[in-house]
Amino acid sequence: MSRRKLSRRQFVAATALTSAALVTAPYVRGAHAAGKLSIGFWDHWVPGANKASTDIVNAWAEKEKVEVQIDYIPSQGNKLILTIAAEAQAKSGHDIMAMQTWWPHAQAELLEPMNDVVEGLIKLNGEPNGTVKYLGQSKGKWLAVPSSVGSQIKGPCSRIDLMKQHAGIDVQALYPAGAPPKADSWTLDTFLKAAEACQKGGVPFGIGLGETTDNVDTAGAIFQSFGAALVDEKGNVTVKTDAVRQSLEFYKKLISFLPPDVGAWDDASNNKWLVSGRGALIMNPPSAWAVAKRDAPQVAEQCWTHGFPAGPKGRFAPYLPYFWGTWSFSKNKEAAKSLLRALSQPDAIEKMVVASGGYDLPCYEKLTTLKVWQEEAPPKGTLYHYPNPHNHQTLSIAAAPAPPKIAQQIYTQATLTKMCLRYSKGESMEKVLAWAEGECEGFMRS
Amino acid sequence: MADVVLQPNRAATKKTVGKRGGLHNMLKRKSTVAFLMALPLILLIATLVVYPAFYALHLATLNKSMQRFVGLGNFEFLFKRETFWLVVQQSCIFAITAVIFKAVLGFIIAHFVHNIPAKGQRKWRGMLLVPWVIPPAMSTLAWLWLFDPSYSAFNYTLSFFGVGPIPWTGDAMWARFSVILVNIWVGAPFFMIMYLAALKSVPDQLYEAAAIDGANWWQRIWYVTLPMMRNIIAITTLFSLIVTFANFDIVRILTAGGPLDRTHIFATWAFRIGIEGSDIPLGASVSLFMVPILAIAAIFILRDISKRGNEA
Repeated sequence: MSRRKLSRRQFVAATALTSAALVTAPYVRGAHAAGKLSIGFWDHWVPGANKASTDIVNAWAEKEKVEVQIDYIPSQGNKLILTIAAEAQAKSGHDIMAMQTWWPHAQAELLEPMNDVVEGLIKLNGEPNGTVKYLGQSKGKWLAVPSSVGSQIKGPCSRIDLMKQHAGIDVQALYPAGAPPKADSWTLDTFLKAAEACQKGGVPFGIGLGETTDNVDTAGAIFQSFGAALVDEKGNVTVKTDAVRQSLEFYKKLISFLPPDVGAWDDASNNKWLVSGRGALIMNPPSAWAVAKRDAPQVAEQCWTHGFPAGPKGRFAPYLPYFWGTWSFSKNKEAAKSLLRALSQPDAIEKMVVASGGYDLPCYEKLTTLKVWQEEAPPKGTLYHYPNPHNHQTLSIAAAPAPPKIAQQIYTQATLTKMCLRYSKGESMEKVLAWAEGECEGFMRS
Repeated sequence: MADVVLQPNRAATKKTVGKRGGLHNMLKRKSTVAFLMALPLILLIATLVVYPAFYALHLATLNKSMQRFVGLGNFEFLFKRETFWLVVQQSCIFAITAVIFKAVLGFIIAHFVHNIPAKGQRKWRGMLLVPWVIPPAMSTLAWLWLFDPSYSAFNYTLSFFGVGPIPWTGDAMWARFSVILVNIWVGAPFFMIMYLAALKSVPDQLYEAAAIDGANWWQRIWYVTLPMMRNIIAITTLFSLIVTFANFDIVRILTAGGPLDRTHIFATWAFRIGIEGSDIPLGASVSLFMVPILAIAAIFILRDISKRGNEA
């Protein structure tokens, strides 16, 4: 085999010619001239909902000449939380990461401030709701950008027919489609009476008392309706108050009207309860209704998503937002911010909400009256009140107003539902309160 | 002159030859070859086990935000928590009960299988190993359906006999029973196969001698089978104790630690605190707490095995 050797002179000449050619060549912008961006989005449970996000990202990438890689990470089995934890430990990972409720605060030290992005979006879309401010901000710094994808309200989803038949309540009259609520009579007392009537009628309310979010969210909203908080905004333990005692008394009565196994319910249990036709009411975003549309249309036709019952201190409903955060160690922060702006434009948000069948709820005040919620059916208008279009209730999250890092522990450890279960099982009020106080003191650990 | 010049070279050549010969001899040694062959595994273990173990130790000495060294502060904090002691108690109940039942069941089933004629034995062995072979996360999902709080298949069946409904995962006692039951179902075949192997290695002459001496069934088991299987029983028990103590998937899927934390074991509680509660140092401390408990068990069991080995 012959091998042609390159002499030193030939090498120098070739190098010089190549350099000259490169220097004088015109600049050609490549397909991905603006670099790369990796994204970890939440894998939406609604079939086809991911496509809307992908389309928006691809359109932006095409325009900005950025190479994007999207990973859809399911929250099932805590995969999303595990990914966040792993990336935070490794100080490496996606440039944009979807983060549920407490995670911006949990990773606050490692997140890129987003004030420049969010402040512009507020001017465009209106004020975000209070829960988003509570969960997304720390010491004047926006930790992440509120995401419409995955954000939800877990309000009551009632069976129109069963509530009329057993409790004498017309939920459509309380929350008429296309009009403000006429729900002054929809209070916790009414709710309790309805729960008792439905239980006697053989279709109990399906409200879980387990340790997963659906259970904790409902307990959180009911506690807040009584003005009860385990820890106040300054971090003081406020377990032994009349408001907490009232909440526990209310729950003890409510539990006696619920299915006997609610202590073991998880997030899927209430959905199954409604879809199986065994219950008259659950507390959930319209995911159970969406499943019923497919699997039990006769149930879906009777579902009506509406507002929470009011307590002595107001009407509260659990709002669980998602955020998009960018790690401080991200290599392409500017591109990430540019994409987050694109994903938060009103038309982009509407596309994603429509793709989710109305499940996703933007937090901005100008975006709670999109057409999709007025048009979704059956029955028509079933989701009209889901996004709280008339600000009829305060959107909040369980364990608020405690400082978020303490509230996260109360929420994750399901302290509220455990208190209710303990009390309902016969433990004395003072013993339950003492236990909860001890738990909260432990959560103060910094 | 030439000699003087050449001599250092000669010395150097000798030295090189000596070195080469030494290396050559070393490579020829069985122990060296064995070490080299095991080296990839040693490196793998160092990367995947030793490093994470030391990293976990490091994490356990940090404060919640992982910015400050707190020494044994996390352990001190845990000792004051009521839930921690509940978890210690539950982990012990879970592991000890499950291992005892797995060992007893495995022993009984191994005897049954051992007594099946060789022709049909393979089929039975294969079928009995199924619970152990299926990934536990998958089989536990099936159990979850059987125990479902509202739609339990067990309760549905029991209702035909006028029994129940039983709150399989809704009541602390039943929830503990359920997680232990599933663990036994998954783990008993491992004991069965280990014991079966041990049974096959017991010389028939010993049983013949015992029969001649007039030993009954129970005496044959007590004086022949058990002494011959003792080491296998000890090793299997130790191994299973470690695996059961560190179990995660069964409890996580069936009860997630509930109701009221009454089924949490170390791994599930560490996950709840460390990952879900984003307090990784405390989660690491909880999981590290298993180490001394298991180390003590290992020391006792292994010391017993080596003592008997020396006696033999």
